[in-house]
Order: sequence, then C-alpha cells, then structure tokens
Amino acid sequence: MKKYYFDHVATNPLHPAVLEAMMPYFGEKFGNPLSVYEYGSQAKDAIEDAREKVAGLVNAKPAEIIFTASGAEANNFALRGIALAKQNEGKHVLVSRMEHHSILNSARFLEKSGFAVTYLPVNKQGVVDPETVRKSITKETVLISVTHASSEVGTIEPIREIVKVAKEHNIIVHTDAVATTGNIPVDVQELGVDLLTMAAHQFYGPKGAGALYVKQGLRIVPLIYGGIQESGRRAGTENVPAIVGMGKAAEMATAELGQRMEYLRPLRDRLIEAMTGVPNVVLTGDRQNRLPGHASFCVEFIEGEAMLLLLAAKGIFSASGSACSSKALKASPVLLAMGIPSGLAQGSIVFSFGMGNAPEDVDNLLNEFPAVIKRLRDISPYAQGWGDREGGDSCTAKK
Amino acid sequence: MMKFVQDVKPDVTTDIVYMMCPMHLLKLEEMIKELDQGQILEIMTDYDGALEDIPAWCEKTGNEFLGMDETPDFFKFYIRKLAR
Repeated sequence: MKKYYFDHVATNPLHPAVLEAMMPYFGEKFGNPLSVYEYGSQAKDAIEDAREKVAGLVNAKPAEIIFTASGAEANNFALRGIALAKQNEGKHVLVSRMEHHSILNSARFLEKSGFAVTYLPVNKQGVVDPETVRKSITKETVLISVTHASSEVGTIEPIREIVKVAKEHNIIVHTDAVATTGNIPVDVQELGVDLLTMAAHQFYGPKGAGALYVKQGLRIVPLIYGGIQESGRRAGTENVPAIVGMGKAAEMATAELGQRMEYLRPLRDRLIEAMTGVPNVVLTGDRQNRLPGHASFCVEFIEGEAMLLLLAAKGIFSASGSACSSKALKASPVLLAMGIPSGLAQGSIVFSFGMGNAPEDVDNLLNEFPAVIKRLRDISPYAQGWGDREGGDSCTAKK
Repeated sequence: MMKFVQDVKPDVTTDIVYMMCPMHLLKLEEMIKELDQGQILEIMTDYDGALEDIPAWCEKTGNEFLGMDETPDFFKFYIRKLAR
C-alpha cells in the first residue's frame, strides 16, 4: 500500500544530502570538538561552519547561535534563562495561549518559582493582539514569549508588532520559531526579537539538533551546567553529526525557501478549499496568514483520533490537535483558547505537507477523507442532533 | 586581601556574566592578547572562583591586577596589560 505522509509538523524526513553531510561525523571524524589535536579541530571546524549556516538562515551573527538538543530545550533555556537573569528587575512574564508545552510548562515552573505569569488570550484565528500585550505589561514585566506560528493551527503571529510594543517598555522578547524556521522567511533583525528558537527536523534536518538565537550582549543563565561548550552557555559534548546536519539543512533551506513555499501553498489551498465545502467541517486558524503547507480542521460530531486511525488504515498519516487519554477526552488548549467549543475541538485534524508530497497525493486524500468522515458520522451518536447543537457556530472559517 | 577600586576607566570591556568556568580565564587570555601594553581590561563575571583565579593569573603572566568592583549581580575585574 502506498503511504502518504501529511504530518510534517510532527517531523520531516531527513534530506539525503543532509544525511550524506552527517555521515563522516558518525565515522572517521569522531573527535571531541574540545580536543586540541587534529580530530578535535576537525569537529570544532565542522560545528563553526554549521553555526555560520544556521546564523545565515535567520540573519544572525554566528556568535549569537547556541546549539541545543531540541526546540524544547531551547524554549526551556530561553524562558528560564532570561527570567532568572532578569529577576532583580522584575518577576513578571507574558506568554501566549498558543504556545507549545515546552513554553507553557516552563512558564508553570516559573510560577512555582515565584514569578507571575500572564497567559495572553488570542482571537478566533489564534492571533495575539499587540494591544493585548500592551495592556498586560506591568512595571515588573521582564520577558514576553509568543510563538512565531502555531504548529497546531498554522497561524503566523504578528511578532514584529509585539516587539514594537515590548521595546517601548524595554522588555525582552522571545519567539518559538520551530514551525516557521526553514519554512517561511525568518529574519531576527526584521522581527526585532532578542531570542528565537529553532529545530532542525522541521526543515529536513536531523532530530536531536536545535538552536537558540540569543542577541549579542544579552545575558542568559545556563540551563545545563558543565564545561565551556557553546561559550560556556550550554554544557555537554556537542552532538557533532546532528549539528553538521542542521547546518547543511539550514544552507539548503536558505537556498530553496521561496521554491518550497511556492510548491506547498497550492497543495494547502486545494485541500482547504475542498474540505471547507464539506458540511460541518471548519478550518482552524487564519485562512491567509498561515504556514505554507498547513491545513487544519475541526470536523463536527467526530473524534480526531478516530479519523486518524481510519485514515492510517488507508496509508494516510496525519495528526490531531487533541490528545485522547485513556478515560478523559481532553481537548487541545490551543483550540479552546481560540474559543472553539470543547465538543468541536475533539474533532481536530491537521494535515501538513512537505516536499515529498505530490499534487496527486492531495487527490487521493480528497478521495478518502470525506468518506471517512461520512462513515464516522453514520455511527456517531452526536450526529443525531444535526441543526440543534449548541455553540457550533463559533469556529473560525464559517463566514 | 582583595583590593577594591572604583571609577577605573577600562579601554575594553568583556561581559561573561552567567558563562561557565573556565570562560573567565579563556576570555581573559583572549582579550589581553588584543590589548596594547598599558591598556586596561574590564571583565564582568558572576563566577566567584574568579576572585582567586584572576589575581593569580595576573601574577603568573606578569600583568597588573588593578582590583575589583562589585554589583548586586556580578563582579568587575580590572587588569592592566603589562606583559608582551
């Protein structure tokens, strides 16, 4: 059976050229970058070359890039590291309700450690209003963290406008750009952010490689203590092959970004146009201002996991924003924050396209998906109440 | 006995606050190389090991340790380059 992978927000396949670049560092070039002899300098040079390429992808200086083991680590590092470094100036942090768990749970850790955290609300498209940011700032606020784009609903946030508000009050801004880096233009100068998180496996690089951009001159308390790797800011012997892979993937993304976006947008648009024509299926997130390969929906009267399973049986792999735990059905906090009723949020499904998908793959999806919806609705007790349901009109795409 | 100084005018400043040990010694070595003889380097660090290490390094390398200053968050060390 042919397989259709539509879950690129979960992870991307490794590009063959990236794997090729990494291979020597699994083999003969195995040295520790801190060693003073040839093997060490070989590995050190490879890391510095990767640092330049990653810096190039986001228009930063190489010295502003700190490699981490993941986007989640970079998010933890940013939130805790800045909050702790700035705690004598104030103990208030703003994060949006669109954030990944690595931000939300770091924020909860800060709350337990004596910081105050404000969780910024969003509108029905999942957009953080810069004016809400302005109203939430107090004289204690030291850090604002808003994601560049949500991988769950694809909405791109107005980071530049949020930075403008923050800078009037001299507040540091971090953005989680895991979903955007390598997928849309990400320029730290243009955005004006002080810190930015990225992850290699979101742009055809390897897992186990992430990075935090830290603007020159900014002090940050380390998350991992030990040696002098990463200028004494992130200890641990470097994952040299993964970092080399991240560098190669960054170089390719820099060169191919425009072409990739042009390729993915029509796939996304075709799916959105077709699916929003199916009764009681609504788009989540912003229609225009969204990730190029990202289409997310809420399907009424159906549970997301059920759709995933039936689609997977047909070789179609996608994701649901809502996590189903053994006994309690738990709706996605992101969808709830957007005002989507919890019943509807259960029917969340996300398709995210990548360069391995062909236009014909979308044809196949469009052949199968409506049938899956019909089959599940036929057996759904909730579907009996067509028309007299409550709150079903509050999803975004119905106009 | 630590010598405290105020209002030293450094020629070059390096901020390594929150960077791990032994960055204070690596950075010191790297920055001193860049300076002309007689110029003053200021190092900002929160690492308390530097209280011993930096004066000791100066003595060993023949540079002049001018003294230090303290802020609530970090120390400032002042070194005059003497050795070539």
